[in-house]
Amino acid sequence: MANVLAVLEVRNGALRKGSAELLAAARRLADASGGTVDALVCSTGAVNTDPLGAAGADRVLSASHADFANYCPDGIVATVASVSAQYRAIVVSASATGKDLAPRIAARINAPCAMDVTSVDLSGDTIRVVRPVYAGKALQTVDLRGSTVIAVRPGAYAGLGAGKAGANISITVPPFTKRLDVTGIRTANTGSLDVAEARVVISGGRGLGDPKHFVLLEELAAAFGGEAAVGASRAVVDAGWAEHGAQVGQTGKTVAPELYIAVGISGAIQHLAGMRTAKVIVAINRDKDAPIFKVADYGIVGDLFEVVPALTAAVKQVKAH
Amino acid sequence: MKIAVCLRRTPDTTAKIVIAAGGTSIDETGVKFVPNPYDEYAIEAAIALKEKAGAGETVVVALGADSVQETLRTALAMGIDRAVHLQGNASADGLENARALADHVRGGGYDLVLFGKLAVDDYGQQTGAMVAELLELPCATAITMLEIADGRATVEREVEGGVEQATCALPAVFTCDKGLNNPRLPSLKGIMAAKKKPFDIAPVTVAAGAVTVASLVLPPERAAGRIVGEGAAAVPALMQLLVSDAKVI
Repeated sequence: MANVLAVLEVRNGALRKGSAELLAAARRLADASGGTVDALVCSTGAVNTDPLGAAGADRVLSASHADFANYCPDGIVATVASVSAQYRAIVVSASATGKDLAPRIAARINAPCAMDVTSVDLSGDTIRVVRPVYAGKALQTVDLRGSTVIAVRPGAYAGLGAGKAGANISITVPPFTKRLDVTGIRTANTGSLDVAEARVVISGGRGLGDPKHFVLLEELAAAFGGEAAVGASRAVVDAGWAEHGAQVGQTGKTVAPELYIAVGISGAIQHLAGMRTAKVIVAINRDKDAPIFKVADYGIVGDLFEVVPALTAAVKQVKAH
Repeated sequence: MKIAVCLRRTPDTTAKIVIAAGGTSIDETGVKFVPNPYDEYAIEAAIALKEKAGAGETVVVALGADSVQETLRTALAMGIDRAVHLQGNASADGLENARALADHVRGGGYDLVLFGKLAVDDYGQQTGAMVAELLELPCATAITMLEIADGRATVEREVEGGVEQATCALPAVFTCDKGLNNPRLPSLKGIMAAKKKPFDIAPVTVAAGAVTVASLVLPPERAAGRIVGEGAAAVPALMQLLVSDAKVI
């Protein structure tokens, strides 16, 4: 029987988005063998965990500690390790925080670790996962034996209406040494979305000609009303036109939004690797032979300085209705 | 300031991936190999910190087959003082590789142990944090800013929607992300000097661990797309497709 612990992420006293998706992945592993799913919430004590039962948690383990006001990897690892013997698998979201946490937990409890997993299955003593490697240019299937730590890529599983009890249980945080002291989070632009989390990503490349023309993409993103983020190709990040956090591709972020709009991006292999799993890809480029058109569902050949403003106006119009 | 950098050899990011016979690895024929791009940020940070301190030693360590020696020499040419090749086959289980590296680093008197945030081949993203845990050292992953003063480190790392700030005492382990610095290129002088730098080879045996790669495949091709039209005149047709067919707006 595979019991699964889902370590949920808390920021500013609230569960991060992706908690329901992670519980869905946990349920898939647990239900394959009649196991249970526990959700672990490490906080200062005031998190609303009511939705977690419906999302698939049989129990919610609440671990409260003053040091949990900011991300506290040493305290979370100690807490997970204190209960880990009960679980066949420990799952986290493959966010920046989850990816920081998973290998620490694995090393502490002497378990193998798989990152950025897009599918999980249990078969006997083996957990089989699929994960993109070479920035998505290949897919690796890996078998992990024994207790296992898995970071599940956001968006890999849709949240469930599982209707479990979500019974709340308090657990004690064991003594730990706070080796790393996280002092806070500086928010870059208030309300700005991360390309890895946005439903719509609009990326610009060298075709923009000048960093100031990114404003065209920002206007298009704004037309989507808070669900779009602006990304960039490696060429323009290396040229200093955009922040590295916006870079999509093999040495940047891998994104899987519902809609990806590539503007003035030729489509270098390392860029395509970072966005090829988007649901719908639109390319706007002057060069009809640009490689980006080979992966784009819909392409417009033309001057981006005419096409993008027209698209912005059209999106605004649709959104207004 | 004594700094270790743990290095990986990876295919160039522009390499086209072909699956080898056997279906669990890539065909390396004709593939150009380079120092893992994220490791270059770690190398640059190590060299710059030693330069700033005016004293100390930088050491680059790599686990793997003999092919990794060329990669270690590139690090020496960039300005690292000394190389250690942990000669042996790396495991598919990152924890076993972390153990081999931690065993070497332990007792070495390092103030800092630096890694790239990930290797662009297997995307394992775990060795650095595991080494930290095994050595019971403070750790921050994917850092984009590092300052050292009075035996403490201040770092920044990107998280969704912001930049996380943290501090810790040295010794510490960090994994480095793009944005931390601009790695220098090896100079001709550096390439010549690298040939005379200390280069140790230490055989290691890495346990198989609990991980097996069952298969490696190319992702499914995307269905062929189509050109909707030319110029701004094509926007209404595109909107129709996005709203009615694809239903993404």
